[in-house]
Amino acid sequence: MSRPDSHSAAPPRRAFFTQAGAGVALLALAPGVRLVELALARSDDEPVTSANRWGLLIDTDKCQSGCTECVSACNEEHGIVGHGRPETDAQWIRKVDLKDDQTGHELSIPVLCQHCEEPPCVDVCPTGASFRRNDGIVLVDKHICIGCRYCMMACPFQARSFIHEDLSGQLTHAPRGKGVVESCTLCVHRIDKGEQPACVEACHKEGHHALVFGDLKDSDSELATLNSTVATRELRPELALKTSVRYTSF
Amino acid sequence: MNSIRFHPSRSSAAFWSACGIAAVFLLIGLAAAHHMETAGHWVTGMTNRVVWGMPHVFAVFLIVSASGALNVASLASVFGRSDYKPLSRLSGLLAIGLLVGGLSVLVLDLGRPDRLIVAMTHYNFRSIFAWNIFLYTGFLGIVAVYLWMMFEPRMNRFVGGVGGVAFVWRLILTTGTGSIFGFLVARDTFYSALLAPLFIAMSLAFGTAMTLLLGELVLRLKGETMSEDLVRKLARLLGYFVLSVAFFVMVSHLTNLYAASRQNVSLFLLLSGGLYTFLFWIGQIVLGTLVPAVLLLGRRLNSSGPILLSAGLVVMGGLVQLYVLIIGGQAFQMSIVSGFSESRALFDGVVASYRSSLPEWGLGIGGFALAVLIFLVGTRVLPFLPAQSPSQ
Amino acid sequence: MRNCRKRAGDILHASALFVLLGLGVIPSPHADVVTPQVPAARGEQCVEPVEIMRRDHFEFITHQRDLTVHQGIRTPRYSLAGCINCHATKTAAGEYLPVNAQGEFCETCHTYAAVKIDCFSCHATVPTSKISQSP
Repeated sequence: MSRPDSHSAAPPRRAFFTQAGAGVALLALAPGVRLVELALARSDDEPVTSANRWGLLIDTDKCQSGCTECVSACNEEHGIVGHGRPETDAQWIRKVDLKDDQTGHELSIPVLCQHCEEPPCVDVCPTGASFRRNDGIVLVDKHICIGCRYCMMACPFQARSFIHEDLSGQLTHAPRGKGVVESCTLCVHRIDKGEQPACVEACHKEGHHALVFGDLKDSDSELATLNSTVATRELRPELALKTSVRYTSF
Repeated sequence: MNSIRFHPSRSSAAFWSACGIAAVFLLIGLAAAHHMETAGHWVTGMTNRVVWGMPHVFAVFLIVSASGALNVASLASVFGRSDYKPLSRLSGLLAIGLLVGGLSVLVLDLGRPDRLIVAMTHYNFRSIFAWNIFLYTGFLGIVAVYLWMMFEPRMNRFVGGVGGVAFVWRLILTTGTGSIFGFLVARDTFYSALLAPLFIAMSLAFGTAMTLLLGELVLRLKGETMSEDLVRKLARLLGYFVLSVAFFVMVSHLTNLYAASRQNVSLFLLLSGGLYTFLFWIGQIVLGTLVPAVLLLGRRLNSSGPILLSAGLVVMGGLVQLYVLIIGGQAFQMSIVSGFSESRALFDGVVASYRSSLPEWGLGIGGFALAVLIFLVGTRVLPFLPAQSPSQ
Repeated sequence: MRNCRKRAGDILHASALFVLLGLGVIPSPHADVVTPQVPAARGEQCVEPVEIMRRDHFEFITHQRDLTVHQGIRTPRYSLAGCINCHATKTAAGEYLPVNAQGEFCETCHTYAAVKIDCFSCHATVPTSKISQSP
């Protein structure tokens, strides 16, 4: 790929082709995403606004116990490898098997960062490294994270991981390193290009279609339509976190 | 006031040996911290489920005792109890030493301690942690001024005023420290308004115990002892403080047990928590509360032996209490979906396992050693120690 | 009297010392100064002139990282991934060498200036296959 001068010459054109190309690919994988949404996707030099709020809907009926495709896809996307130490290895998404104490009904759900509107992790971070982007994605600014792990204490979903060892071979779009805390970014690097999170793509590819991604503020989107027509809930609703990730069918 | 004479520690073999021992443990602590930072935290017992471990138990103990250690000076300056005046200078120095020791453990345990300057320049004021950074550093400054008011005869008349400021600051600081845990909405084992007053009661108990132990140590190294009258008075106070801690613990468990949604938390700690249950009953209640209370508040208080033993038991009981609180509180499984049992080994639905590691103990004890070293060396440099009065 | 003479002598000695030291400290234009051997980058030119980059590259990177992380601005000009795209050298076999490895671009100047690099505990040191225009 040739370098600097070509970039300043024609970024909008290149961006358009990338997005269009991605759009064609996505049509095959994710019927819920429309080309119109992609054409309206933000360009590289525009700051993120609160006009969008990205969210997920997880259908627990369609989520299969024993399937961990979303987990594998996330690990592969971000270069997360195990070190043979499950208690300290990072995990951004995990499958949890549930059983109703009273009725015995069993189900399986993926648990990940819920990207709350009132995130406890953002409240407790002493340096402000844990923050919520304008479009609702809760992130860790790893440049100013001091590794105190207070956010890990505060997260109601135990969604955050601390990196306990030196890492190497990181992927360009997923910088991660020892001594800082991280969690699911809702694949912000993909969203900013108009693509879907890796877990959502993998679930579609596997044929389960349990994960739906979209813009909660776009009432025409599949996500918003589903949310308004089907009974959905957030995890730990008594905490009133107003999460971006919602679950249905339980 | 004018009749009390103060002296520095004497430069004796015993004194420098004590400093040497503290220095050795400090070096071990620094080596442990270095190992943790270069290899990464996987060499410790702390995990993604139990994120704060032994270092934090020691650090919180030291910080809480620092606040309480200043109480002796407050009794003299703020509450007019001039019988405590001989110990007020020592009390201030001890408070500074304990706080610095505790903070150093916290800083060295950070994932990125090299980013301390980031922590001092970027603040999120919704975080009680960020407020605590100001409260802790401010405390050091205020106690330094307080000591100056005590040392400089021309400033003695300001001791009451600065002492009052220090007293209020202490209460806010200890409330802030308790609220680090008390504001955690996500965890039933922590979220409670009771943690603030509990921590204040703990600070009084642990601080008084440390004052008894370290005050007696530094005076014995000089060939003297603490005045019997003061020891008896502090012993009595310590007994009441220990009972007040037990009160808050009891009330919090009773309140939990009353609610169907929260009783499992207290049942875990009180009955089914294995190591945590054992530590709670034997370490915290029997050895850390009941035995000291009986020894300290019982009738025959004429020898310092049982009193110092009780102080030692209170310190041990305090560390155990913080272990049960901080680590037990994290080990107990969080319920992410109420009404459902979760099963996924290690992360959900099970009590997390935690085994403390050598680097963590090294770091924690190193912080203790730093506090002792600052205290001892400080008494050598300036006249902190009360002279033995002839009537003893 | 004797004190005045002694003091004058002291001043003279000090001045002589300062002059000599000054002459030694200020390098002459023809002195031999060791410079780092920086490997050449691919591509025609950097995004900014070399003199500006040498002095201020960290300003660009630091400013850009805040824009990217907090506002999602992913313009390629000052992106770290963009730097690595050009400045990572390749072996004869076509493999990229990490930019912070011995003798490679970032490491040579940073070792010369004795400034620790913090970036690569987290950031990729070579262009990776999943790269796009955005970092």
